[in-house]
Amino acid sequence: MGLLSDPNRRRALISLITRLNAPICLVCYLVGVTWFMGLAFEPFTLRTYMSENAMGSTMVEERFPAGERALVTGREFAAHKKKVGGMPVDWLVKTMQARGLEVFTQRFSRTLPFPDENKERYMVKGTNVYGILRAPRAPRTEALVLSAPCSPGDNNNQAVGLLLGLAQYFRSQVYWAKDIIFLVNEHDLIGMQAWLEGYHHTNTTGMDWSPLQGRGGSIQAALSLELSSDVVTSLDLVLEGLNGQLPNLDLVNLFYAFCQKIGVLCTIQGKLQRNDWDSVSGYSHAAQTMILMVMKQASGRPWGDHGLFLRYHIEAATIKGINSFRPYKTDVTTVGRLLEGMYRKLNNLLERLHQSYFFYLMPSLSHFVSIGYYMPAFGLLAVILLLRALDLWVQLGAPPPRAEDGTVEIVPSGPGFLSVFTPLVISHLTGAALYVLPIRLQGTVVEHFPVSETEAVVLMAIAIYTAGLALPHNTHRLVAGEGTEQEWKVLKLVAILYLAVLLGCTALINFSLGFILALTLVPMAAFITPHVSKVLSAVTMVFLSPACTLLFCVFFFQELQESPVTFHEAWVLYLSVISQGILDHALYGSLVYPLVALLVYPCWLLFWNILFWK
Amino acid sequence: MKTLILFSFFSTYLLANCSNIEDKAGQFFSSGHTNNWAVLVCTSRFWFNYRHVTNSLSVYRSVKRLGIPDSHIVLMLADDMACNHRNPKPATVFSHKNMELNVYGDDVEVDYRGYEVTVENFLRVLTGRLPPSTPRSKRLLSDDRSNILIYLTGHGGNGFLKFQDSEEISNVELADAFEQMWQKRRYNELLFIIDTCQGASMYERFYSPNLLALASSQVGEDSLSHQPDLAIGVHLMDRYTFYLLEFLEDIHPASKANMNDLFKVCPKSQCVSTPGHRTDLFLRDPRSALITDFFGSVRKVEITMETIDLPEPVQQVEETPVYGELEKETYSYVDQLPVSEIIHQKPKQKNWHPPDGFILGLWTLILMIFFKTYGIKHLKHVL
Repeated sequence: MGLLSDPNRRRALISLITRLNAPICLVCYLVGVTWFMGLAFEPFTLRTYMSENAMGSTMVEERFPAGERALVTGREFAAHKKKVGGMPVDWLVKTMQARGLEVFTQRFSRTLPFPDENKERYMVKGTNVYGILRAPRAPRTEALVLSAPCSPGDNNNQAVGLLLGLAQYFRSQVYWAKDIIFLVNEHDLIGMQAWLEGYHHTNTTGMDWSPLQGRGGSIQAALSLELSSDVVTSLDLVLEGLNGQLPNLDLVNLFYAFCQKIGVLCTIQGKLQRNDWDSVSGYSHAAQTMILMVMKQASGRPWGDHGLFLRYHIEAATIKGINSFRPYKTDVTTVGRLLEGMYRKLNNLLERLHQSYFFYLMPSLSHFVSIGYYMPAFGLLAVILLLRALDLWVQLGAPPPRAEDGTVEIVPSGPGFLSVFTPLVISHLTGAALYVLPIRLQGTVVEHFPVSETEAVVLMAIAIYTAGLALPHNTHRLVAGEGTEQEWKVLKLVAILYLAVLLGCTALINFSLGFILALTLVPMAAFITPHVSKVLSAVTMVFLSPACTLLFCVFFFQELQESPVTFHEAWVLYLSVISQGILDHALYGSLVYPLVALLVYPCWLLFWNILFWK
Repeated sequence: MKTLILFSFFSTYLLANCSNIEDKAGQFFSSGHTNNWAVLVCTSRFWFNYRHVTNSLSVYRSVKRLGIPDSHIVLMLADDMACNHRNPKPATVFSHKNMELNVYGDDVEVDYRGYEVTVENFLRVLTGRLPPSTPRSKRLLSDDRSNILIYLTGHGGNGFLKFQDSEEISNVELADAFEQMWQKRRYNELLFIIDTCQGASMYERFYSPNLLALASSQVGEDSLSHQPDLAIGVHLMDRYTFYLLEFLEDIHPASKANMNDLFKVCPKSQCVSTPGHRTDLFLRDPRSALITDFFGSVRKVEITMETIDLPEPVQQVEETPVYGELEKETYSYVDQLPVSEIIHQKPKQKNWHPPDGFILGLWTLILMIFFKTYGIKHLKHVL
């Protein structure tokens, strides 16, 4: 007979699962974490390689000559920006037209749900300026985008200058098979969102923008440029986009290939690649790079202007010029040549980039880990939940122990539907309150307390979160009678399965977010019962809750970036991270805040309920 | 005495010349072909396959230079590189870097272009099974005294060649096509050159006589490209064809280089892959086959003042039917280009049919009306 249909074997298997459940779970957890850490070890990674035939090798001759002129243009742009006190629209339009592009502008305006204290804006009004270089002989069916943000102060002037210099150079070439759109967006991500929505005729975030007068066909790839100095020592590539989406690995390969050809230092996550992978410090360097990428991806926010393109299936990346203390400096002409080479190669594309991976982690710029290698780490953590669920199922199905004196035992009634349903409903209502109330009630809070709107929203969120901790007492006042042993087990079973499905779906879309949540929530879910010591488990649970995970992540992130912070600074940073999360959701449609508020937090509350089950 | 020696020298010289002429006349008929054809095919499209188009065009240029006219060349190019939007030098296709040699030029005649280059069209060209509406330039009008050069280039694998990124021709299909050509007596001798990855697999299955095959790489090897041009941004040619071309540049119409020299083109040191060839189906010694037998259209002209005695042609033996056997029908070759059917110069002999019912009825009606109005009156007068 088969393994599962033979009752003897089944019983043996079930007893194995029930007896060894805790050790197996522990082993799975340790193996999962070790697997994840081992991904950064270089022999377990693959070298990057160009998958797209049409892009071939770096066989182009880059001839961009006009770096100095680009810097002069940048300085002109800076002067006009200071004079106008914002985006110098007229000057940009005139300059782009002088370079032979078809120039159009787009106005947009947006009132944020509450003021953004990081960027100091609340009611945002702006203009995007873009010029289209039409391909001389090709039909206008495809386009490439090069964008530079118009930032306040002294930032990114050289980027706009280089953009205009490249526009002039590209205009004199005959080999373009796609239109090239040169975009200068105001208010970085908000302007970019307005432009993309206008280009694709969608309106997902409720922004107010004027329709685009000129269009260039379907966009195949986009690069965003951030350059704030006349010379650079290295170029940093930023990949993480909205909701943890990444561009196709071929774009990274292209960038890396050209960096090697031209001889520019290229970094990812701001860290330079090291060759000594077998030493401890070499391994930790790669692990740090990979964990930085995981944390950036988990935050779900776009880390560069390119991040919003990915939603429209346009492969995009941001290239940042970094000027640090190195002896060897690269001038703007070389950066221009690198971009020229990349665009000539992208010009050869016949289809969208699709040959290489869309899901990967990068411990360094020349090595990557594909989804097939990193998913088992998460799978091992999810298996713990399934084993626990199996164990509970077996326990629930086992017949109740007979009374010793042989009297007729009272068959305990099955767990009431209400006793399981009520905690579920109440947790989700709390989650909904966490999602909706902070923004809704910011006005009343500001009236009654001496805080700004941003602080009001964030502190409301934290308050509601903490208020949820008091729930079990209140729920039990509502639900009459005591809960039985069966009931909390059923609730825990439902909660574990709910968590497993939730984490699984999250990991599919955004592996990093799913993995980080799993790291903290799975051990908690596995070992919480009403019978463990209340105080200790309560404290542990609070430490493993999503909010504290976020706080630890903030600490850890700053450590990895080599700018460690004190607790007070971390707290301030933490508050700003929460406000940014809520803003990202309102402005660009990031899903991290709704996921945590509406799904993860109620799930955690369910377990909190189980802990305080009476 | 002196005159005697002189006379003897003179007569020996004459005699030698005579026999020289005889030898030369003998050489006229050694190859057995009277006309040359070439079918040059590039099977890949897309800009990054620029080098395949250059391969075909370079062989086209050489073959034209050595004498085969455009009317005898079927050139099939699957994509237009000269006018591709990505070409920084429009209307040119270069074969040497630094843009030394434009093989596209002003006088290229492409017979099958773009999506017309399919496996079906290629096989129809080879076997001659084309619809009557096909123009002359798209036909291979070879006969049993034609030497044909077939050159294929593109992406291939073990036993197949890819056409246009959507279909393939297998080595078995190709061998069968050549057998059809042999049975229809469409070639005298055929030289098959293929420059693709694993090219030797394409000639493994040939079984028809008088085939000579060359490939740029063996099974399991890749054929490599030669040189990139950084200004254009693509590889310009494949190695095997590049060195083949260098070899052909030294050939002129009167050259006596033979096939053994062709087999030595592009050794492994230059080509990285191992070129292969197949001579077992070729009935002559490859040493006696000249390069110009296939690559050029050499008109053999010898001016002489002597008369040459040509031997009698072979007598056709009349077979008399023995023991009441049925007489064999005389076979004639299928008309390759049935011009008369296409242009309708001679009216077709239609069989005569008796007039059908409608005409009969109409005439009967007319006659009846005629006689009704006029006939009875006249009859009255007559009678």
